[in-house]
Amino acid sequence: MTDVASPTVRVSTRPAESRRDIGIKRRYAAERRFRAYGISAIVIGLFFLAVLLWSVVSKGYTAFQQTTITLPIEFSEKVIDPKNERATDPKRLLTANYPVLARDALVKQLGIDPKKRPLVKQANDMISDSVRTQLRDIVVADPSVIGKTIPVTLLADANIDSAFKRQIDLSVEESKRKVKDQQVAWMNELAEAGVLKKSFNTGIFSFGASSRPEAAGVGVALVGSAYMMLIVLVLSLPIGVAASIYLEEFAPKNRLTDLIEVNINNLAAVPSIVYGLLGLAVFVNFAGMPRSAALVGGFVLTLMTLPTIIIATRASLKAVPPSIRSAALGLGASKMQTIFHHVLPLAMPGILTGTIIGLAHALGETAPLLLIGMVAFVVDYPGSPLEPSTALPVQIYMWANEAERAFVERTSGAIIILLIFLVIMNLGAILLRRRFERRW
Amino acid sequence: MKVLKLTVAALVASAAFAGAAAARDQIQVAGSSTVLPYAKIVAESFGEAFPDFKTPVVESGGSSAGLKEFCKGVGEDTIDIANSSRKIKDSEIEACKAAGVTEIQEIKIGYDGIVFATDSGNADIALKPEHLYKALAAEVVVDGKLAANPYKKWSEVDASLPDAEIAAYIPGEKHGTREVFEEKILATGCKAAGALDVIKAAISDEKAAAKKCVAVRKDGLAVDIDGDYTETLARIASNKSGIGVFGLSFYENNADKLKVATVNGVAPSTETIASGEYPVSRPLFFYVKKAHLGVIPGLKEYVEFFVDDQMIGPDGPLAEYGLVAAPDAEREEIRKAFEAGNLL
Repeated sequence: MTDVASPTVRVSTRPAESRRDIGIKRRYAAERRFRAYGISAIVIGLFFLAVLLWSVVSKGYTAFQQTTITLPIEFSEKVIDPKNERATDPKRLLTANYPVLARDALVKQLGIDPKKRPLVKQANDMISDSVRTQLRDIVVADPSVIGKTIPVTLLADANIDSAFKRQIDLSVEESKRKVKDQQVAWMNELAEAGVLKKSFNTGIFSFGASSRPEAAGVGVALVGSAYMMLIVLVLSLPIGVAASIYLEEFAPKNRLTDLIEVNINNLAAVPSIVYGLLGLAVFVNFAGMPRSAALVGGFVLTLMTLPTIIIATRASLKAVPPSIRSAALGLGASKMQTIFHHVLPLAMPGILTGTIIGLAHALGETAPLLLIGMVAFVVDYPGSPLEPSTALPVQIYMWANEAERAFVERTSGAIIILLIFLVIMNLGAILLRRRFERRW
Repeated sequence: MKVLKLTVAALVASAAFAGAAAARDQIQVAGSSTVLPYAKIVAESFGEAFPDFKTPVVESGGSSAGLKEFCKGVGEDTIDIANSSRKIKDSEIEACKAAGVTEIQEIKIGYDGIVFATDSGNADIALKPEHLYKALAAEVVVDGKLAANPYKKWSEVDASLPDAEIAAYIPGEKHGTREVFEEKILATGCKAAGALDVIKAAISDEKAAAKKCVAVRKDGLAVDIDGDYTETLARIASNKSGIGVFGLSFYENNADKLKVATVNGVAPSTETIASGEYPVSRPLFFYVKKAHLGVIPGLKEYVEFFVDDQMIGPDGPLAEYGLVAAPDAEREEIRKAFEAGNLL
């Protein structure tokens, strides 16, 4: 900077050589290179994001469709309640052999001779085993259907579903695949008749876990995740905000508070599985809380989210200009009034954004849940946070390890559902910030 | 202080909350990921067949983790059943006893075959334990002496094998499958290839010699898979000439993508494994706390339902999924042993 003035002196003496080399070309080139690096970094990032989304969506969109077979089911009294005991013995309706009803209806539809047992078995394998509970629920809900014939839409077996979606290579030899040639022929015949078709898969949202892919869904996982998010929100927001207000506004600046601050920052970087170990030791083993329960999961995730929320809250409290505090204090407000009437409302958008991002992080965690028993096969909906349940990312992990072909698309389908929730939460954070942010 | 107070308040409130909760009415199972699919099928069918009981919760996490959880003690806050793809170890029984779990019932559910498979586009492969030993061991016998494994291609191991780089995806050391692989393939192959004698001549200690037999090469040609079979399948898909280790049921579900190798000339199937012709198989177990029978609603019914022929029988849903059913007499014995309350 010292020789900036010198060229003007030289201009007057040696006008021909006035342009001293100040490296302008080199510096421009460096800037262009830097811009190129930046753009290529963004392009690489976008490319990988696109690959990720493409691989998930291309594999997963079919999970939102399910092959169904609509058959006129004859709720024959001979099968359900041959001795007419249902008035005296309510268990009769629960334990009846319902799969036979669906099998007979399909056999009739396909025109198979019921005496040819192997053929009947092959046909029966085309219908999901979940038909037992489906038909049972219909009969238990309304016993008057017994004796009537009603069209019922049944789930097709997962292998038929995969074959109908062209996910099973039908060109390999018959013995090497789970779908037999005869079943493929029937499948095409039923599809032509309009009996077998693809429809929107509501089950993936409502069913619990199942060993049958066609009857597996993320319902229980959604409820478990919702419970946990609620617990995390209810616990971590007040605790986190209270801690940060105290640390930021009231605490004296000394070694102890410095130590606390360093520790909070470090806690935010602790691997989440450590919180799982802590949760197992403290909540399950010491406090005796139930295993696999959303309550414990919520507590563990709360511990994990707290540092994130405290850091975000402190940052947004710091961002409120000191002039606001001075003005409030100057007008006679107490420190408490200053904070709750002026500082906190102004910091709220930042706090909420931090909280939502912390929640989104917690929503995607599996590792801490592994040790407290939430990586589990749970069929029944949890009635309360104390009952066993599972979580959305856990369901993805469990499905990713399944052997059946039909779970491949469901894994990606569940990832899509999780991504949609994350996008909604992040959008919410952005909107809150846009709506309430104050610029100074 | 506020933080502390709030945390303490939350803890106290939750502890009271948990204490007030009703007695557990759901069976809790944990353990082996190999047994998991079978346990899931039984749990789901149990929930359907017994509407009075809730469907059991089945956790995955591995045999050792499950048994550790199992041995934590007796009572409602501990699990009822541990699934295991290997027999419980003496050290684990000791740990159980120390924690008060003195009455353990062992139930064998059947057998699991371990198969070697490659991409479906490859030619048929006929393996022998000694081939796998030679291809995968850390040290093999060359010119009568032990040397670091020099083989790079399958065809160098045996002329009948394909002319392709050795690439094997074997279960990692934390898997129960690894133990079976070492015992039934590497140790057997070591003996058959004549390496055991050479090792024994060099090392007098029997145990150390046996350990040397099952040491796997670490130069990257044998890859430990710590994940599940899905990962092995993905590895095979990206390296078509690789050979992977799978469970029979996983292979059967993906038979259109894989080609299975014969071992000693026998192709794996439920029949050849049940008869013992196919050499690589292992029993699967689960362990029940006797103290929980009659306390946790449905536990006794669940075990009885599990060992019933409609589940573990040769025509049951478990066999359909790939479990190798135990012979008729053995299944009858398993049921009788449970009825009689035989303990470990």
